[in-house]
Amino acid sequence: MKNIIEIEKLHFSYPAEEGKEAAEVLKGISLSIREGEFVAVLGHNGSGKSTLAKHINAILLPTEGRVTVDGIDTADEDRLFDLRQRAGMVFQNPDNQIVSSVVEEDVAFALENLGVPYEEMRRRVDDALKAVGMYEYRLHSPSQLSGGQKQRIAIAGIIAMQPKCIILDEPTAMLDPQGRREVLATVQRMNREQGITVVLITHYMDEAAQCDRVVVIDKGSVLMDGTPREVFSQVERIKAIGLDVPQATELAHELRKAGIELPEDILTAEECADAIEALFTKKGSN
Amino acid sequence: MLKDITIGQYFPGESIIHRLDPRFKIVITLIYIVMLFTGGTPLCLCIGALYTFIAIALSGVPLKMFWRSVRPLLPFLVITAVINLMLVRSGDVLWSWKAIKITEDGLNISAFMIVRISLLVMGTSILTYTTSPVTLTDAIERLLSPLKKLHFPVHELAMMMTIALRFIPTLIEETDKIISAQKARGAEIDTGSFMTRAKSLVSILVPLFVSAFRRADELATAMECRCYHGGEGRTRLRQLKSAPRDYIALLYTIGFLAAVIWFK
Amino acid sequence: MAILETQELTYTYSRGTPFEKTAVDHVSLSINEGEIIGVMGHTGSGKSTLIQHFNGLLQPTSGKVLLDGRDIWENKRKIRDVRFQVGLVFQYPEYQIFEETVFRDIAFGPKNMGLDEAEIKRRVLETANDIGLPEELMEHSPFELSGGQKRRVAIAGVMAMEPKVLILDEPTAGLDPAGRDLILEHIRAYHRRTKNTILIVSHSMEDIAAFADRILVMNRGSVFCFDRTDKVFSRAEEIAGIGLDVPQVTKVFMELKRRGMDFGGEAYTVDCAKELILRRIRERNGSAPC
Repeated sequence: MKNIIEIEKLHFSYPAEEGKEAAEVLKGISLSIREGEFVAVLGHNGSGKSTLAKHINAILLPTEGRVTVDGIDTADEDRLFDLRQRAGMVFQNPDNQIVSSVVEEDVAFALENLGVPYEEMRRRVDDALKAVGMYEYRLHSPSQLSGGQKQRIAIAGIIAMQPKCIILDEPTAMLDPQGRREVLATVQRMNREQGITVVLITHYMDEAAQCDRVVVIDKGSVLMDGTPREVFSQVERIKAIGLDVPQATELAHELRKAGIELPEDILTAEECADAIEALFTKKGSN
Repeated sequence: MLKDITIGQYFPGESIIHRLDPRFKIVITLIYIVMLFTGGTPLCLCIGALYTFIAIALSGVPLKMFWRSVRPLLPFLVITAVINLMLVRSGDVLWSWKAIKITEDGLNISAFMIVRISLLVMGTSILTYTTSPVTLTDAIERLLSPLKKLHFPVHELAMMMTIALRFIPTLIEETDKIISAQKARGAEIDTGSFMTRAKSLVSILVPLFVSAFRRADELATAMECRCYHGGEGRTRLRQLKSAPRDYIALLYTIGFLAAVIWFK
Repeated sequence: MAILETQELTYTYSRGTPFEKTAVDHVSLSINEGEIIGVMGHTGSGKSTLIQHFNGLLQPTSGKVLLDGRDIWENKRKIRDVRFQVGLVFQYPEYQIFEETVFRDIAFGPKNMGLDEAEIKRRVLETANDIGLPEELMEHSPFELSGGQKRRVAIAGVMAMEPKVLILDEPTAGLDPAGRDLILEHIRAYHRRTKNTILIVSHSMEDIAAFADRILVMNRGSVFCFDRTDKVFSRAEEIAGIGLDVPQVTKVFMELKRRGMDFGGEAYTVDCAKELILRRIRERNGSAPC
């Protein structure tokens, strides 16, 4: 599969405030993401993960280095709308990204801006609403919806642009567990059924554990990059930078430290139960 | 609580008036205002009243909603009526006491004004009761669109209204939350002297402004991400189509206006 | 001794309109002095409505709230004093910050109580210390601080009133793991110093499992269960059934139980899960005929 997002030696600093030195937020990040991949970007607050996300659709431009999406350089002003159509972005606060008081009109917002003709717009809006399971709410006001539903509307607004990838910047941070499940399931479906590349910025380990690939950002650099199993098996390193690992992984790790033989790459409750069961049945049969 | 305030007085329904093209409804409302202010005779006012009540009946909105729209204006109406009564000196004197003289003309003018303003409020309420604020914004944008040629920022105004409508419920909810949070810290918002209340207001307004600016900032970024670049080349999901009934309603209203002018 | 009690507490929103909804339905419970209580329930379970009754922000439709054995609505004009005794920290409390300096924002509550300058200063500095805000930050603008620091300023603002009961609604919402652990650690420090009663509302059982004495689970406006933490976790299956998240380690043990392996205890933190497994292994090794 070809790479859809290419980040090459990306450096970024916010403009220096008066009397202060410009702090470098991103320090030479290189990353390529393949088409159809589901990537989690992990990092604590202030690690630079959101800043990185904002570079993918040209909300921020590199101080140094280059970012391309589907071959389009984010610094190419002439192709800005092309770029933003291909790489849609969903933000943390569901309230602050919904423009209209009618759900379907909000979903249509990007298409209206792009000048999509009515017939096609109608079809794409309806399809997007159906894809996120909010079609029956199309005439509601967003203020009547739950946080998870609002976030799904925001996703529909991006899907309607028929993007190649979606970047979600902590989309579940403000939601309750029910809303988090809804949103994650929706994004997973988009990835699976429509082949949309997903970059999910999060600090929830259970969400990252369900992705194809986990990139850990710390102090503006890529610290780890691999499958969830590869990354989370390094329990001590993850904990050292203020992040968590799934509890099942941590339990296995703790037991291993106490001298119990358990596999290193446990991720889910199921796997952990299997390993513990095996521990006893094996010992029992000895 | 603040949440109970209804903003935008839309009264959802399926009546003929609800289904009229909002652009026509605005134009018709303008004609209606002209109609009320052209006629100077009681007969003209009766024609206006007839038109108003037929429209109210057709709208299917309960009559008490219209009473509710007039009620807040009553003190204003009464005061102006009294002033008119006192100041108009022409016509036969009906009653006098020391320097105060109430004349027939004064009485007529006062009564006329009360009826006229009440009709005006009731009639324009039909527009807001039967048209959702979003639709209304949309219709205003389209009606004003010829002004774009004169570089009048029609689209920008409409976008501002759309966003305001969208965020009013959010900000009301937020205000409620901030009030509760400050009350929990002992702020006196509905008790205490005027000064302590005024001070408490600061503790509500500052967080509210901070949050409104934060929201505005985030919304602007989100809009940019969805390729917003002003009104140029935009298409719309909401299609406004006029039907024969819209023209009939327009002609019907013009008919009433003609009658009023005739009996002037 | 019970410090906070509710008797048949009921609250109905928008009474007499088509939107009428009973958010809290005949809830009777009693909270003891010095306890740490975890409050759980999904959105709309009535937990937020319930806690707003504890400090008199909402008045019961029927039933009573007793503080130290006295009905808080006995004298309507004294309700403000109740708010000083039962401190409530709302969700995302950083959005209520308004003063020019950190010190003044934390001092807002104590000032409203009418305390003298010296006492206000003592309280502000002491709570700032509990919550981990260094003294040199006191004269900074709170708006310049990081998100986590702002949150702590706002929490300190309520703690500084030294309420007998401190209620925190989702104090860790939206924070990263390090920020979350820090806040919880500081709340514990505050509890160690003051021994005051604390209620923590959370969606995350993992957060409260580690240090709540008792857990109150609300569902559909009623008390689903209110019991010691380990007892509540012994009903993990039912709790998952009403749509709440149980910690992953608890899920591991639920799964093992399903397969017929009982470890004779409830696992709600990684530490206690580890202990249970190690104990079982020791038992086996000890009793195994070698």
